[in-house]
Amino acid sequence: MRVLVCVKRVPLTGGRMVLTEDDQALETRHLGFTISPHEECGVEEAVRLVEQHGGEVTVLALGPPEAEEQIRDTLAIGADRGILVATDGGEWDPQATAAAIVAAVRAEEEFDLIVFGNESADSGNYQVGIRVAHALGRPVVTGLKGLSVEDGVARCEQEVPGGRDVYRVPLPAVVSVLEGINLPRYPSVPAKLRARSKPVETVSPERPGARLEKLRLVVPGGPGKQAEILGEGAGAAPAVVNVMRELGVA
Amino acid sequence: MAVLLLADPGDDELTRQALTLAQSLGEVEVVGSAALPVARAHIPELPGAYAPGAWATALEEAIDRVSPSAVVAPGTNRGNEVLAHVAARRDLPFAANCTAAEGDVLTRVRWGGSLLEEARIHSSLPLLSVAPHVLPAVTGEGAPEVDAFTPALSDSDLAVQVAEHVEETVSGVSLAEARVVVSGGRGVGSADGFGILEELAGLLDAAVGCSRVVTSAGWRPHTDQVGQTGTKVSPDLYIACGISGATQHIAGCKGAKKILAINTDAEAPILASADYAVIGDLTEIVPAITAELRKARSQ
Ligand SMILES: Cc1cc2nc3c(=O)[nH]c(=O)nc-3n(C[C@H](O)[C@H](O)[C@H](O)COP(=O)(O)OP(=O)(O)OC[C@H]3O[C@@H](n4cnc5c(N)ncnc54)[C@H](O)[C@@H]3O)c2cc1C
Ligand SMILES: Nc1ncnc2c1ncn2[C@@H]1O[C@H](COP(=O)(O)O)[C@@H](O)[C@H]1O
Repeated sequence: MRVLVCVKRVPLTGGRMVLTEDDQALETRHLGFTISPHEECGVEEAVRLVEQHGGEVTVLALGPPEAEEQIRDTLAIGADRGILVATDGGEWDPQATAAAIVAAVRAEEEFDLIVFGNESADSGNYQVGIRVAHALGRPVVTGLKGLSVEDGVARCEQEVPGGRDVYRVPLPAVVSVLEGINLPRYPSVPAKLRARSKPVETVSPERPGARLEKLRLVVPGGPGKQAEILGEGAGAAPAVVNVMRELGVA
Repeated sequence: MAVLLLADPGDDELTRQALTLAQSLGEVEVVGSAALPVARAHIPELPGAYAPGAWATALEEAIDRVSPSAVVAPGTNRGNEVLAHVAARRDLPFAANCTAAEGDVLTRVRWGGSLLEEARIHSSLPLLSVAPHVLPAVTGEGAPEVDAFTPALSDSDLAVQVAEHVEETVSGVSLAEARVVVSGGRGVGSADGFGILEELAGLLDAAVGCSRVVTSAGWRPHTDQVGQTGTKVSPDLYIACGISGATQHIAGCKGAKKILAINTDAEAPILASADYAVIGDLTEIVPAITAELRKARSQ
């Protein structure tokens, strides 16, 4: 099986969102970078499928050249090779992102399965996977919490109120997954070393104009609250119970 | 020109919140529900089992009849999914999880609600979904003029369709609906460390929640995770034990009426989102609260 997983490099924000002066991006000077937990689970799911059925896992990221770090992280948990769709750093809108992914996929031998996160961590557009599936003329099932492949058919499970909905689609297909579909493995030190020598290819397409054009970012809400300190240590218990009573939950 | 609202038959509340945004843009006609206070409802005859492609075709037919100035849907799984299908088919831009729109400029949420974006949508037919639980819901029943139609479905519209529903019964208090959530983070230290949180939760009829560090370590199942990529909760009281307050965690619990933080670090970011805090070691404080509650009840 040939599986492609698409991941997006995003800043790992901590307790506060801080913007650059032009309000165009998060201030990332002091931040690390990561990918969405949904996408991490997507990579794990792809690696498990290939462990079971044989084949190869390719990971694609569209982003600045530094997004190679996120591709290498996925190579360390078992993906085989990477495709970096390199940009000049600015974020691409979902239509442009999907079009570039489609072009990269068309340049490859056919993938049996293309795996997306249900939504990207930062912009949450809820659409890139569906656009790619549509352009390639493949079925797409979103928001999966369960996936298995047998005899060329993907069995896809969504969590819905009261249980699970099951879809069956023939490969080649496109899916998007949610965190919780599996528990991703941690990379071992030897796996991290091996990941350094796995191949990552770079393509650099032209950036099309944005049809969903970001004007500026805004941090919501006025000044943050400051918690009322009820006390320190075990001695605060009576004050806590008083608060619970006032709220009518004790 | 009318605005078309796609209803999610599975979520009346979020559909009514989306109606609030749709009404700000013009006169609304609805696709898929005849129970809303609007003038006209377009009701597609569709196969019983959900198929996103079939809904997309139904919505496209309604678009062709009505020639709306915009299409709005609730930001539910299905609302976002169907709009994305229509966007892909017609090569139109689609803005997910909006909180406001005026002309071609809209505001939408990013990072699960921790950040807002103002954006311009370059399109003759803006497709917008509405962020859950930001806008008030339109109340009241309506008696719209009903226009039933049978969309011309192709085989590919039904290529992805629910084939089977597996019932699952959940035991205990549901996290999403609990009035109190006792939640633990890395500070709880281990899977066993959750014993004292469960004991307190038992007394309060509360659900137990946790942070992503906890699920990644395998201490609790992902179904317990609160946050951007976990469950969003809105209890009367959220007790965050040993949780630092990363924006992605707060995205899941900011709907709580009150937040109580228990943390050794008086500088932890959670204190800027919490209403109350107790500074100190949760392994002492949580059992002390449990004991105090028991004492108070036996009096
Ligand atoms: C895209 C994305 C999505 C994410 N989604 C989620 C999500 O859905 N949910 C989520 O939770 N996280 C999510 N995260 C992860 C998030 O960024 C944080 O890493 C995580 O929330 C931190 O968990 P924590 O607070 O338990 O751990 P830490 O940040 O390590 O905090 C531990 C806290 O415990 C306190 N502490 C330690 N010992 C004690 C003690 N004995 N008594 C009292 N206090 C103590 C410390 O002072 C500290 O404040 C996401 C991240 C990304 C990038
Ligand atoms: N820049 C990108 N590079 C690679 N994959 C992406 C990128 N943006 C989005 N995706 C994929 O598309 C999914 C949905 O993204 P979105 O439509 O932005 O919510 C993500 O979870 C990723 O799998």
